[in-house]
Amino acid sequence: MYLFQAEEIVKQYNGTLALDKVSMNVPGQSIYGLLGPNGAGKTTLIRIINRITAPDSGRLFLNGRKLESEDIYHIGYLPEERGLYKKMKVGEQAVYLARLKGLSRQEALTRLKYWFEVFEIRGWWNKKIEELSKGMQQKIQFIVTILHEPKLMIFDEPFSGFDPINTAILKKEVLALRENGATVIFSTHDMGSVEELCDHITLIDKGRTILQGTINDIRSAYKSDTYEIRFMGDIHVFKPVLNANFELLEQSVSGETCTSKIRMLHHAQGNELLAMLINKVHILSFNELIPSMNDIFIRAVKGNSTEK
Amino acid sequence: MSKISLIIQREYITRVRKRSFIIMSVLGPVLFAGMMIVPAWLSQVEEMDVKRIAVVDSSNMFRNVIPETEILKFDYLENVSLETLKKTYAQSGYYGILYISHIVTYDPNSVILYSDKQPNLATKLHISNAMEEYIKSLKLSTYDIKDLDMILRSIKTDINIRTIKLSENGREKESSTGIAMAVGYAGGLLIYMFIFIFGAQVMRGVIEEKTNRIVEVVISSVRPFQLMMGKITGIALVGLSQFLIWTVSTFLLVSIAKAVLFPELNLTSTEKVLTQDIMSSGQAAVSPEPEESAANMQEVYTALEALKNIDFLVMIGSFLFYFLGGYLLYASLFAAVGAAVDNETDTQQFMLPITVPLILAIFVMISAINSPGSPVSFWFSLIPFTSSVVMMARIPFGVPVWEVVLSMAILVLTFLGTTWMAAKIYRTGILMYGKKVSYRELAKWIRYKG
Repeated sequence: MYLFQAEEIVKQYNGTLALDKVSMNVPGQSIYGLLGPNGAGKTTLIRIINRITAPDSGRLFLNGRKLESEDIYHIGYLPEERGLYKKMKVGEQAVYLARLKGLSRQEALTRLKYWFEVFEIRGWWNKKIEELSKGMQQKIQFIVTILHEPKLMIFDEPFSGFDPINTAILKKEVLALRENGATVIFSTHDMGSVEELCDHITLIDKGRTILQGTINDIRSAYKSDTYEIRFMGDIHVFKPVLNANFELLEQSVSGETCTSKIRMLHHAQGNELLAMLINKVHILSFNELIPSMNDIFIRAVKGNSTEK
Repeated sequence: MSKISLIIQREYITRVRKRSFIIMSVLGPVLFAGMMIVPAWLSQVEEMDVKRIAVVDSSNMFRNVIPETEILKFDYLENVSLETLKKTYAQSGYYGILYISHIVTYDPNSVILYSDKQPNLATKLHISNAMEEYIKSLKLSTYDIKDLDMILRSIKTDINIRTIKLSENGREKESSTGIAMAVGYAGGLLIYMFIFIFGAQVMRGVIEEKTNRIVEVVISSVRPFQLMMGKITGIALVGLSQFLIWTVSTFLLVSIAKAVLFPELNLTSTEKVLTQDIMSSGQAAVSPEPEESAANMQEVYTALEALKNIDFLVMIGSFLFYFLGGYLLYASLFAAVGAAVDNETDTQQFMLPITVPLILAIFVMISAINSPGSPVSFWFSLIPFTSSVVMMARIPFGVPVWEVVLSMAILVLTFLGTTWMAAKIYRTGILMYGKKVSYRELAKWIRYKG
């Protein structure tokens, strides 16, 4: 059973189709990536899920029931643009927003203390939001979003504005949220984080779903039986052993180490190749090249635009 | 704690802590008290020292005619020409030179007071009254009437109009129109100011929440209506606090200043000079008339009585009601405008329908102060968009109870109506971006159901 489902969501803005029958199924306790180039419709979809805008057609379900306005109390939403009072002090603001979400003052203070430790921002309690940088504000916003421990969390571009150290902290915490039973949907351009975090993704472009499924399935689907072999020895060793089943794609030498990319043809096995090489050179490594999400993203989006 | 009270609390505390609120709370009473105290104080300081006036009397008629007062002294100089006196004026130490030409009895413009300062009205009146009286008595005496002095004394009558307001149950109340006008004007103007200042704060607050996307975060915890009403109520409390601080500290400041600056009396020195004039204005003679001075005191007394007779409980009570009513009515409209636009510069097109009735109210209020019972005053104190300002100005003059009740009822009903309407606009507008909104669009939002 899915925790959250969107069914054929359609949204039109001034005659242009922002979302064209987009559907997604988000299993419980998982991390779901919502990908797409700029202007693809990610934020529109997120705003529809949060009931900030209404879809023209389509349905939303939470726990198999139709999403009602009361349900959004159980959704934690991190908007792409910061939603904080600029003139208010950090601590006061965090307590206020937490209490609006139904936490008691004491509970809010306890939890905030914990999260301020995690993000190493204890000293900020009495600073005004406007004194903080974008990334610093982002941390506050993130804490405020998850503080009341909602079942479903939706982050719009959570990593934008973060340095690598803070990105790492945030990733760790997102994974921890899943461990603790939460379900996370997030939109991003950062494909590295998708590979690290996501169980499932939906890639939308120009309002339409062009790729959907688990990360593993998608990457397997995009792999092209290409292997990389690193070895020490004669760079020309391949010439005699190449036969109709192997194609040499590229080759490079760095010091004594040679690296070659080889594609298997006709379902040839890597073992055959290794068997031919094993007595001739000193093999350092041999591994299958699985396309990165970055490559998949670019190929999928480019493919989508050439189709049209 | 309920969510709406949390919102009210935040709106209130963040605003009350602001530097601008604190500055206004300190500056306001200082300014108000200053407006009451400083003119009186200045005139006192200015006239602390005795003004000596040199009199050059070419007509030789007025020696010792102009009575001296505590601060006005006259030196009648002989054998000195005006020209030399003017030349030595700077060194002479005189406040001014009074020149009386010899044709004074038939040319009223033949008296000139030279001074390097601007002589005040009291001084001028003092001199001209004394001379007029003297010339009059001189002229009368040429008719050779028997017992002239006695006749003149017997025909002199002072009229001091006292206004007494009849209340419905036949009780009489002494009132003074001047005081009622001042109180009415101040009340109406204060309401107008409060509506504008705090209404605009509501609008700016809504725009802040909208442009900073705070609404998107908060909307999952509270309903838009709660958010709007919380803001409106919180700011209303800020307004009330400001009003309370202003009244209490103005009252304190004025009391303290009075005790320090005018220990013996509340009269200004200009009034003192005038009082002395009135006291001594019988004939050209210098003898003050005891009854007349009593009559004069009576006038001052009447004004004070009238001030006491304005029922300040009723005034403050109705001020609070009309402030809240008017504010709530307009604040919801301000909130709707804030929700409909993307930034403050876009508010203009929607501000017009809000500002026009308010400014109209000020104009009607000015006319209502002059004729509180006129049909214009009556109708505009019932129309809810102007009633809080106009009715407030009329109340010190006394308004029939049914009119006040009707006006209040209409105000409350309209406030409920505008709030309902504003809530609809707010709910849709607050989450909408990048779209230039027209009036037609707003009408559509109001018709959305749910």
